[in-house]
Amino acid sequence: MHALYDRLKALFPLGELTEQRANLAFATLPVEYLRPALLHLRDQEGYTHLVLLTAVDWLEDGQENCQFQLTYLLNNRAENLDIGLRVMLPREGTTMASIHDLWPTAATYQRELREMFGIDFPDSPGVYEEFILEGWNDIPPYRRDFDTLKYANDSYAQRAGRETRDPETHMKEQLYPGKS
Amino acid sequence: MAYTPDRSQYPARKADGSLDIDLTSGKFLKLWQGPNHPGITGNMSVELTVCGDEVVEGKVHVGYLHRGFEKLMERRTFIQCFPIVCRICVPEPDFNEYCYAAAVEELAGIEAPERANWIRALILEMGRINSYLMYLGGQSGALGQGVIGQWTTYARDLMLDRFEEMTGARIYHMFIMPGGVRDTLPDGFEGRMEETLKEIERTLKDVWDVMFCNAVFKKRTVGMGVIDPAWLDAYGVTGPSARAAGVAKDVRRDAPYLVYPELDFEPVIGHDSDIYTRADVRRRDLLMSVDLIRQILAKMPKDGPIMAPMPSMLHWKIPRGETYIRGECSRGEYGYYLVTDGSGYPRRVNVRGPSYTHAMALLERMIVNINISDVASLMVSLHTYPPEIER
Repeated sequence: MHALYDRLKALFPLGELTEQRANLAFATLPVEYLRPALLHLRDQEGYTHLVLLTAVDWLEDGQENCQFQLTYLLNNRAENLDIGLRVMLPREGTTMASIHDLWPTAATYQRELREMFGIDFPDSPGVYEEFILEGWNDIPPYRRDFDTLKYANDSYAQRAGRETRDPETHMKEQLYPGKS
Repeated sequence: MAYTPDRSQYPARKADGSLDIDLTSGKFLKLWQGPNHPGITGNMSVELTVCGDEVVEGKVHVGYLHRGFEKLMERRTFIQCFPIVCRICVPEPDFNEYCYAAAVEELAGIEAPERANWIRALILEMGRINSYLMYLGGQSGALGQGVIGQWTTYARDLMLDRFEEMTGARIYHMFIMPGGVRDTLPDGFEGRMEETLKEIERTLKDVWDVMFCNAVFKKRTVGMGVIDPAWLDAYGVTGPSARAAGVAKDVRRDAPYLVYPELDFEPVIGHDSDIYTRADVRRRDLLMSVDLIRQILAKMPKDGPIMAPMPSMLHWKIPRGETYIRGECSRGEYGYYLVTDGSGYPRRVNVRGPSYTHAMALLERMIVNINISDVASLMVSLHTYPPEIER
């Protein structure tokens, strides 16, 4: 992966290479270089398969302008190599250029990311249509600050006779009675 | 000479490229296939716009069984996630267990024992057989051959018996866990498995005679629903759908995992890329799995540990990192993208199921210009499981 990294580094301002294993590495780059980097990987380096496109919310890290991480994972099947390109985005009013023209299937990922994380891809086909949620009016639910438990308690009635326990505390009590 | 209309000219397109469909014109009709419909693959629906009996536009709708697995896992310890993941795919749940376990092991620096890897490969191939048997029943059922589904359900039930004696469960096995597997094989398992494999082979012979040699089945599947090989990368097509297009995409061969490098096999491929070829590739892949199970049982070590030494599950924290683990399931590439932040909980788990690409963008593209009565057959031929789409 180092040879590929060196070639990419000569073209784009790539951050440090995180080599997870011999055939999988990740690197961060500025948003404006993402598209040319994806094009270069697809057309020049044989990374033709978009494996996935997803987001990670680093809310607790506290860095104001880079709390959302978008990961574009590409695969070179002939050489059995994967590279993940990461871009960091601000949390509010986040928009990102669509890549559906590079991989049509990316439109589905982008539609889900807008619904689940609130990351907008303005040019992506059907991006404003509901994907999984229907009539959702809360904050995007896959954000870290969306409280699943509170939402469930507010939205649904508990069945009588049912009690909820904190899993960690409950398991401690079961395994080490009286010591928690 | 038969008249072949130029379908690209109808319906007309607007200046922005979208279809000019005026529902008030009386020429078009909205038709919902699903969510409650015998010709739908699970909990999803396809909103069809038809002109006569020809589909001019199809939109896939999901969300009928979203349970938020990925979000749920962010609030659970690593070991608490393990019984959840298998629920993401009902007919072939074991890939979730394997991919999750392998991702956690890689980030935590744990290596599963060799014997556990053999047992894992055995379970994955057993699950693949079950999934293909369900598929064959669905594919034939979509064309009115209900009896095939009864035969394959019988054969699948025999394999579920093997699952039950091995794991204690028939559907959700929760057997492949981080560090290894839960147990060894029961006494006499190999003999009973051989009987099951023989019965499956016998069933498949009947399926070949009655389904694949059937004139109606051939008439309605040969040349239907062709996936252009040029679409494979554009639409993320993997697995039998790609192999039926002549491309030997198989993670077991391209990016070998577990014990596959020690097994003797070649990816099954076809060339015509139509519904019939996809069905035949899956049938032959099923027979290959039968052979792989025999190889695994013959080659696997008979003793040795099945679980690596593990840290306390209550205090298990995994250093910050990210990884992606993939495997070849019956429908294509199945993968888990796991991000950890040094705490006792996953920061992010993203499940990449093959249905995510096959049932959405690809199906919407392929469904145009086919007859309403072929929609179910086309959909089943992509072998989609909706839970993978809305994890």
